[in-house]
Amino acid sequence: MRIGDAKQSYEADEAILTSSTQKIWFALFLLALLLFPFMADAYLLYLGCLVGIAVISTTGLNILTGFTGLISLGQAGFMGVGGYTVAWLSANTGLPFPVTLILAGLLAAAVGILVGLPSLRVKGLYLAIATLAASVFLHFIFAEWESVTGGMGGLSLEPAHLFGLTFQSDFGMYFIIVPLAVLMVLAARNVFRTRIGRAFIAIRDRDISAEILGINLLHYKLMSFALSSFYAGVAGGLFAYFFRVVTPESFPLSMSIFYLAAVIVGGMGNLLGGILGAAFMTLIPEILKLLTTALTPFYPNAPIFMSPMLEIIFGALIVGFLIFEPHGLAEIWHRIRRFFSLWPFKN
Amino acid sequence: MDWLFFGEISLAGLAMGGLYALIGLGFVIIYKATRVINFAIGEIMMFAAYLFLAFAGGMEMSPWVALPLAVLGGSLLGGVIEKVMIRPMLGESSISVVMVTIGIASILVGVVEMIWGADPQLLPGFLPRKPVFIGEMYLAPKIAYGFLIGAAVLTIYLLYFRFSRGGVALRATASDQAAAYSMGINVRRVFNLAWVFGSLAASLAGVLVAATGGLSPQFGAIGLSVLVVVIVGGLDSIVGALIAGVFIGWLETVAGAYLGGEYRMPATFAVLAVILIFRPYGLFGTHEIERV
Repeated sequence: MRIGDAKQSYEADEAILTSSTQKIWFALFLLALLLFPFMADAYLLYLGCLVGIAVISTTGLNILTGFTGLISLGQAGFMGVGGYTVAWLSANTGLPFPVTLILAGLLAAAVGILVGLPSLRVKGLYLAIATLAASVFLHFIFAEWESVTGGMGGLSLEPAHLFGLTFQSDFGMYFIIVPLAVLMVLAARNVFRTRIGRAFIAIRDRDISAEILGINLLHYKLMSFALSSFYAGVAGGLFAYFFRVVTPESFPLSMSIFYLAAVIVGGMGNLLGGILGAAFMTLIPEILKLLTTALTPFYPNAPIFMSPMLEIIFGALIVGFLIFEPHGLAEIWHRIRRFFSLWPFKN
Repeated sequence: MDWLFFGEISLAGLAMGGLYALIGLGFVIIYKATRVINFAIGEIMMFAAYLFLAFAGGMEMSPWVALPLAVLGGSLLGGVIEKVMIRPMLGESSISVVMVTIGIASILVGVVEMIWGADPQLLPGFLPRKPVFIGEMYLAPKIAYGFLIGAAVLTIYLLYFRFSRGGVALRATASDQAAAYSMGINVRRVFNLAWVFGSLAASLAGVLVAATGGLSPQFGAIGLSVLVVVIVGGLDSIVGALIAGVFIGWLETVAGAYLGGEYRMPATFAVLAVILIFRPYGLFGTHEIERV
């Protein structure tokens, strides 16, 4: 059992990993991520990539909704901006993937700032609806601006490439997606150790008080929007490289709701929660698929019920977590951790 | 410009707008009393329309029996939702409550798809088929009679809220909860009643809209148009919902007819964006003043 930890310097107090146990577990986790693609089969590898993309986008939304308290129903739209940017750039310029992904993030961030502009005047649900309007407009642009986006047919793109290497298989994509996901989550963690991140949290807790304390609301709200959409843009770009096709229907409104649900189920305002939520919500349909395949010999109708079942489970998860566990999976995780670190002294 | 065509389109749009006003009214009642933005209203409409389908189509009841039954079922659903899922969220942040209603919407879509399947369906026709002419302008009979039923119910609602005991209790709760409590109004019951009445209006509109345009599990998307209506009108204003409902219905139909179906949503959302920028609390909504 570990009891109390006295910190003797500010560095130690601010550190992300505070104890040696944490450091060991974190190193083991990274090692597992590295070894995973060599052991997993194609299906697991595919899932790993999907979870990686979801983690990036959920972390982005968590910055905006969980930490700054601004709800956004536009996450899928921002991802679409990133996806289309990557698709267009790789078709028309042939730039390598680090460049296209950064440009995708930047363009999405610019769109995010534009969408965030009303956030000084309207907030709460009105803001959610403003972002909803933005996602309607973005969908319209994706579908109608045919010379750039290819209309309803969308764009298909070449595999990601860098220095003559092409990343065609899921195996290759894993080594782009997962390191990026780790990097971006760590970056987000670092943001919340600076003035900027603390300003976000102050705005979430009470925006008027934050303003009185000298935080420029417009500035920081827009920054939060920009940061969040940058994450979404990168995730959308990876999505485009991974599926190698983008259409207006790749980024529907239900996807925005999916990411909001991931943030809530994971735990709002908790980066670990975002990761858990993203993984959990991505894997649920797959688990359900496995269940249906297992049940089909006994109930031949099982596959028909899968998609409605998924809708019901999805909704029930959102409602259930909000009513019974508002702090999400992260809280459950902490409870488990506390149990082990206090064992055997707590009943 | 062909004025006759414009007139016919406008008329159809205004009639559709009448139904939007009815749904908007249902939305505003719930918001006024409980401060909950109900993203599931489109799905409640859908559920009622499917109930109508089951009663009138599956069980072959007379449509005039099936309609009240379906509407009753829809309002009961609203009451149950409030009791089971919204009540425990009392005092939570508005983000959480909205997300609960989004979750409810998803559950309802799943349930409907499980019972009635995912394919689009047609409701048995129950409105008169004789074409309606106003002057020289033709109006599809389903839309015209749908509008008339909707308008009649709207009037009853307005009178009810103005004069009845329950209506006064609801308005009292909306304007000051604590004062309403101390005057002996059962605020919990008012909350529940607001959901029942709101869902009732939505359910009726749901059956009428589905009767003109068909029904599928994606029917709930109409909730997005209604969201535009209530934001433009002002979330807590009944008059606003009526005016904005008629206007948005008209705009959507005219934009669809002249620019093409893909312009319907962007046209109404453009109005929404302008309103949000210049009058964030809607045309008739109350401007909330915040204090620290």
